[in-house]
Amino acid sequence: MSDLDIRESVINGGLGQSPVRPDGVAKAEGSYEFSSDLSADNMLIGKTLRSPHQHARIIRIDTSDASAMTGVHRIITAEDVPGKATYGLIASDQPVFASDVVRYIGEPVAAVVADDEEICSRALEAIVVEYEPLTPLIDARLALDTDTPPIHPDGNVIREQNVICGDTTVIGDIVVEDHYTIGMQDQAFLGLESALAIPDADGAGVECHVATQWLHEDLGQVAACLDLPESSVRLVLGGVGGAFGGREDISLQVHVCLLALATGRPVKMHYSRSESFLGHVHRHPAQIWMRHHATKEGKLVKVEAEFVFDGGAYASTSSAVLVNAVTHAQGPYRCENAEVRGVAVRTNNLPCGAMRGFGVVQACFAHERQMDLLAHACGLDPIEIRRRNAMSTGDKLITGQVVESVAPVLQIIEGLERMPFPDDGNDVETHPYHRPGGAGNTTRASDVRRGVGYGVAIKNLMYSEAFDDYSTARCTLRDGVVTLKFATAEVGQGFITIAPQIARTTLGLEDVALESIDTGVGSAGSTSASRQTWMSGGAVEAACLKVRQLIFEHVASSTGSDPFALVIEGDSIVNTATGERQLMSEVVKGLEFDEEVEFRHRPTVPLDENGQGACHTAFAFVGHRAIVDVDVELGLVRVVEVSTVQDVGRALNPLSVTGQIEGGIAQGLGLALMEEIVQQDGRIMNPSFTDYLIPTIADMPPVVAELIEIPDPQAPMGAKGVGEPPTISSTPAIIAAIQDAVNQFGAGRSHLTRVPIRPSDITEALNSTRRD
Amino acid sequence: MPVAHPRSIGELTELLDEESHTVLLAGGTDFMVGLNHGSTRLAPDDLIVDLRLVAELSTVEVDYQQQVLRLGAGVRWDDLLTAPIAEIAPCLSQAARTVGSHQIRTAGTIGGNLATASPAGDGVCALVALDATLVLTSSRGQRTVAVSEFAIAPKKNVLERDEFIERVDIPITEGWQGYSKIGTRNAMVISVAGVAVVLSSESNTCRIALGSVGPTVILSTEASQFAGTTINWEIASITSADLETVVEMTRASATPIDDHRSTAAYRKHAVGVLTKRLIEQGLTTLRKSL
Repeated sequence: MSDLDIRESVINGGLGQSPVRPDGVAKAEGSYEFSSDLSADNMLIGKTLRSPHQHARIIRIDTSDASAMTGVHRIITAEDVPGKATYGLIASDQPVFASDVVRYIGEPVAAVVADDEEICSRALEAIVVEYEPLTPLIDARLALDTDTPPIHPDGNVIREQNVICGDTTVIGDIVVEDHYTIGMQDQAFLGLESALAIPDADGAGVECHVATQWLHEDLGQVAACLDLPESSVRLVLGGVGGAFGGREDISLQVHVCLLALATGRPVKMHYSRSESFLGHVHRHPAQIWMRHHATKEGKLVKVEAEFVFDGGAYASTSSAVLVNAVTHAQGPYRCENAEVRGVAVRTNNLPCGAMRGFGVVQACFAHERQMDLLAHACGLDPIEIRRRNAMSTGDKLITGQVVESVAPVLQIIEGLERMPFPDDGNDVETHPYHRPGGAGNTTRASDVRRGVGYGVAIKNLMYSEAFDDYSTARCTLRDGVVTLKFATAEVGQGFITIAPQIARTTLGLEDVALESIDTGVGSAGSTSASRQTWMSGGAVEAACLKVRQLIFEHVASSTGSDPFALVIEGDSIVNTATGERQLMSEVVKGLEFDEEVEFRHRPTVPLDENGQGACHTAFAFVGHRAIVDVDVELGLVRVVEVSTVQDVGRALNPLSVTGQIEGGIAQGLGLALMEEIVQQDGRIMNPSFTDYLIPTIADMPPVVAELIEIPDPQAPMGAKGVGEPPTISSTPAIIAAIQDAVNQFGAGRSHLTRVPIRPSDITEALNSTRRD
Repeated sequence: MPVAHPRSIGELTELLDEESHTVLLAGGTDFMVGLNHGSTRLAPDDLIVDLRLVAELSTVEVDYQQQVLRLGAGVRWDDLLTAPIAEIAPCLSQAARTVGSHQIRTAGTIGGNLATASPAGDGVCALVALDATLVLTSSRGQRTVAVSEFAIAPKKNVLERDEFIERVDIPITEGWQGYSKIGTRNAMVISVAGVAVVLSSESNTCRIALGSVGPTVILSTEASQFAGTTINWEIASITSADLETVVEMTRASATPIDDHRSTAAYRKHAVGVLTKRLIEQGLTTLRKSL
């Protein structure tokens, strides 16, 4: 038997394949140039003076001694900011330098530029700042008190948003409630903040090479503070070593440009790890109360919730983070009635903003712990309670928005149920290194209990609430080479791999080059909200399609064929009417086209005061099963395996998808077990990787991942964003698994309600029984 | 800032005098972190004395005649993981295994761990349980100090300005020993609580040392003595009531604090659990060899 005589046309490095990242080898070898490796001739070093007070009035700043030091070129304060004195992503409420009041420990007060780092450090010590300490606002709940004086002209409440839907008077047969606490997680990207600013020869403009998530947003904010037209400021992406939301806000961009313009010389600034903890926003610590109502059969009837998010001293993206939390309070479950109240407040703690999962992490931890409580109260297992409530495409959310995205929640839950258990037989002979406590040699095989837990999540993709969200891309065809230009920040997610894949498959041409990533083209929007494959991928595809159309028209006119009969198959153009095929690389010889496209997703609307409105663009879904070994007597945990089923639409680059899944689970595991910035009176007690712990290879288990590939009709190429979901429900799955291990010591053990969980939380749960 | 590179103990001794402002640099795994972090600041005339080229500081000598293992202060964590040290002083080897990452264990030294005088020093805890002695050297001669007497407060030790740690002498004993350490991560973590237990079946004694539960590593004297006298060494066994008393005495000897790594209550709980497990494990092993 023989196949039809059709040659299989393939394109190397097209969609669905996993070509090697262009920067992969260099990163593995250590030769990749991160922004902190940048340098220029005649370069000076800049450093920031930061507030030692949580809340204080600045009485006097005296820079005269410091300015007189040899090797010091310039010291700048708020007075030296020529343009706008403040910046911010949503509200412009954060001073470039504090001038009258400092509002958190670490707030920039001045910056120095000198010959080298050591002189900078000494000059900073020589700057005299006289402060009058003010009472700090530390407790987020106190911020709600009308008697609490405002710590900022914009007030202490950043945003209140409720979601009220259906009949809020309904009472379920079964009611479960609890209070949940989420600690402050750091993005802990490995490439620290850094930038190199080079002033124009005439001093009328500046070029800034910076590790960021959104070049054009930075451009707008920086130019406004510098009082320069945007055309006089150019931003170029420096090598970014991770972001996870922590580079969405301005850190040193304005400072470094000011110093370069003030001295007329290239200036570099780079943060140390401890300064980095002060220099970017963190995941919001949250206090959440939830009460779930269900029928005796375990069908959700109503969700009640209250969220208090501590936004810290400045607004950043707190208002959008809050909206994500309150609109995701129901989780991936059908529910007709809801009363959800949320508030994000200002305190004198570290500013908080974007981090992978963006408000949904906090909501998901609470709703998944609630689903387990509900399962227990209804006498159902954790899979069954979720199965009975799984939402699907066409369901209406508590915001009134209809889920139009593919919503394979039931498939996810059933996929998790089918996952085999790891066959290590809970081996008593395992080396102590592979037990809880790891290298610490704390735990005998007989001390270990194995637990299993589940988490399922819904996550919005792209920006919400009527934001004009778009991305720009240019596709140029010349000499048979496709060149792509975009301002999409490559922060490690792999867009520089995906973009050429899109071009190859769309155009049937293998030779794709990427231009520098900078502000020399329109905005790409932020590398956040799991949006770049959809948005910038959509823009690249659209630009390539335009070029393809021009090629088709050229071919059609020169051969007299119907342009609508032409298609690309692999590396060839095929006339479907005649069956004639030709290599694209031959067809495009001598052709030159250049097309630029702005790609937008469909519009969204703002929420009304009751939280009603189709505010989100699209949704992705994911589920996790965690298997953990717990030494309950010592409260030590080793995660044995995390398996996941994720709704990805279509895996454009399977290896990249796997990377996002494994990395996201590591970050979710970190929040579950160890990652927390511990503050005491606004001071970070663990400002280095000695004590801010992130998972090591001894903590991170094997991941078993199953992808659900149902191309989403709304998504370019059918692909959903995959970056955030892995982080979201992995955390509650791990805590649920620990709970399962604790419960083996007898029913009625107290409910685990905090992340990161501490060993003492586990030993206390063992020794106490549930309070209600 | 000036750096000196002595190549022998003689040269080193000459460099150090009571007037000089010298900073001793061994593996640098604490010193360089402090320097980069700004918590360690040097004066321009401070002399850094690099110990890494002093070959005599890296010697390992097993003396079965005197029943003593002599480790030069410059012996590195990684050296402790292999024979002969791993066989003669397994609890020191286990402690070494819990220190940092492979890179840190390749650089860091046992002498540096002692001199840093942290209550969380993993090597220190094992050496206190092993009843080890330090040989401190200066141009004035040598003196010996028990490891348990060497640190007097966090980051403070009894070294004089002109002295350095030449070596540590560890008694070779028959019996069983073990070290366990709790951290909130499964590797590369600073101790929240650590316990070393040495059971000597020749002298029928037990030594229990506790890390991270006081200003220095603590030798639980009362618990050690009670265990030594209540263990039935003939059959390598202890009654559960007596073991519970040992655990309570161990907890009573700990004076932990609440800090960002853990709570005092958890630390007290943990040293009790670890002590119990180590003694049980040790006696079980000894019974097998009866």
